[in-house]
Amino acid sequence: MKSDRILPLAVFMTLLAGWEGIVRGLGIAPYILPAPSLILSTLAEDWTILSASLWVTLRITAAALVLATVIGVAIAILFAQFRWLERSFLPVAVILQVTPIIAIAPLLLVYLEPGSAVLACAFLVAFFPVLANTALGLGSADPNLRDLFTLYGASAWQQMRFLRLPSALPYFLGGLRIAGGLALIGAIAAEIAAGAAGQGAGLAYRIVEAGYRLNIPRMFASLALISVAGIAIYSALEFISQRALRRWTEASRPKGQASAFTDI
Amino acid sequence: MTPELLNLHGVSKSFANGTQALAGLELKLSRGEFVSLLGPSGCGKSTALRLIAGLDTPDAGHLSWLGGTRPEIGFVFQEPTLMPWASVFENVWLPLRLKGVSRQKATAAIEETLALVGLSSFINAFPRELSGGMRMRVSIARALVLRPTLLLMDEPFAALDEITRSKLNRDLLHLQASLGMTILFVTHSVYESAYLSSRICVFSQRPGRIAAEIAIAAPGTRDETFRLSQIYLDACANASAALEETMRGAAA
Repeated sequence: MKSDRILPLAVFMTLLAGWEGIVRGLGIAPYILPAPSLILSTLAEDWTILSASLWVTLRITAAALVLATVIGVAIAILFAQFRWLERSFLPVAVILQVTPIIAIAPLLLVYLEPGSAVLACAFLVAFFPVLANTALGLGSADPNLRDLFTLYGASAWQQMRFLRLPSALPYFLGGLRIAGGLALIGAIAAEIAAGAAGQGAGLAYRIVEAGYRLNIPRMFASLALISVAGIAIYSALEFISQRALRRWTEASRPKGQASAFTDI
Repeated sequence: MTPELLNLHGVSKSFANGTQALAGLELKLSRGEFVSLLGPSGCGKSTALRLIAGLDTPDAGHLSWLGGTRPEIGFVFQEPTLMPWASVFENVWLPLRLKGVSRQKATAAIEETLALVGLSSFINAFPRELSGGMRMRVSIARALVLRPTLLLMDEPFAALDEITRSKLNRDLLHLQASLGMTILFVTHSVYESAYLSSRICVFSQRPGRIAAEIAIAAPGTRDETFRLSQIYLDACANASAALEETMRGAAA
């Protein structure tokens, strides 16, 4: 386990050191490419502004993820209970999903407050993987177990509660991990659009703003924070998944997830 | 003569793809019998079991039950078919839970049934922590927790190793002796059917019907010495010959 972590860490540190060396050796100006050390000190200097923006972005991402989970799971359950609903509404969900969010964002900014528009964008991209994976999971219950439920005269609700929902759990968690990353991407994409309109407060807005001011080190510092936020979200969801699936055997983990559209 | 529990008369079943699984199946089950359905793979034995369980309906023919209604039925599949997210207790609780029995009220019945299959100390274990044989025992306990009149078993031990299998065979006979249910047991093993059954029904190739019946006049509770007895050896020979006959019929 230990050596598993040492190698990627060494590669990462070497890349940073190479970057630092090239910038210093060639004397590259900070407004073209800042060295990692400068990015780090900018991060410390601008911490008040950047941490406030990080907090805005994280809050919106989390809210979008909660909304996507609640609404995605609820709709997946409705789809599973009423197949005609699925047939009728799935195309709408797919259209929303395949339309790049970066193209929808400016439109949402016309209709909504910047904060709500960013939330709506993050929700729209996070919602589909939760819906698609949960719907797949609800249909994945062991056919023999389904027969057993029928044999014992289980109601549709009992099938849902005692069989289909637990069967869907690994699929749902897989969808949630994808949704976590997408919610952040959706929030950032919408903030960039909002930033271009001169509004917003999130991290991506700081990037746009710093770009206008040619404050390249701050752009990189914001970018670093976004990466860290993405890693943190993924790790947190991975941790939740592993805790929730501790009782399951390896074999009962789903072999393939529903393919989520990861482009924006 | 013990009263007839179930009478299948002229039962036929085809699937949507046109495959005819059963054609005019005649089968009678008496209370307390242990009947094996023996036949090659894909001969419609499992279909017969599903029809009896009420999981499918026949295209033609009918099933008549003693007393007119389908009694309590337990079903054991080839796979243990346990819920991996639930403990042994919760898996066995399932049939009771679906009938609205609370955890507290179900506990006595669950503990008693797990004791019958020898798994008392694994009540809080999860399926992944158990061996294949133990999982099958949990599956049997789940099927027995409602004390069914009829226990349907679809090649339950086919995936187990020989040693585990013969131990489970013996324990199954003890369970039947103490609980008194009727058992209908699907298998493709001549030896297993000869060891367990009071009657073997040999299935023909698809579409399935019963090609031969072999009654085994030996006490219900049998031990390993039964495997050396003349009755057992004769039953094996007869069943093999009957099976051979149906296979030849298909090839001709």
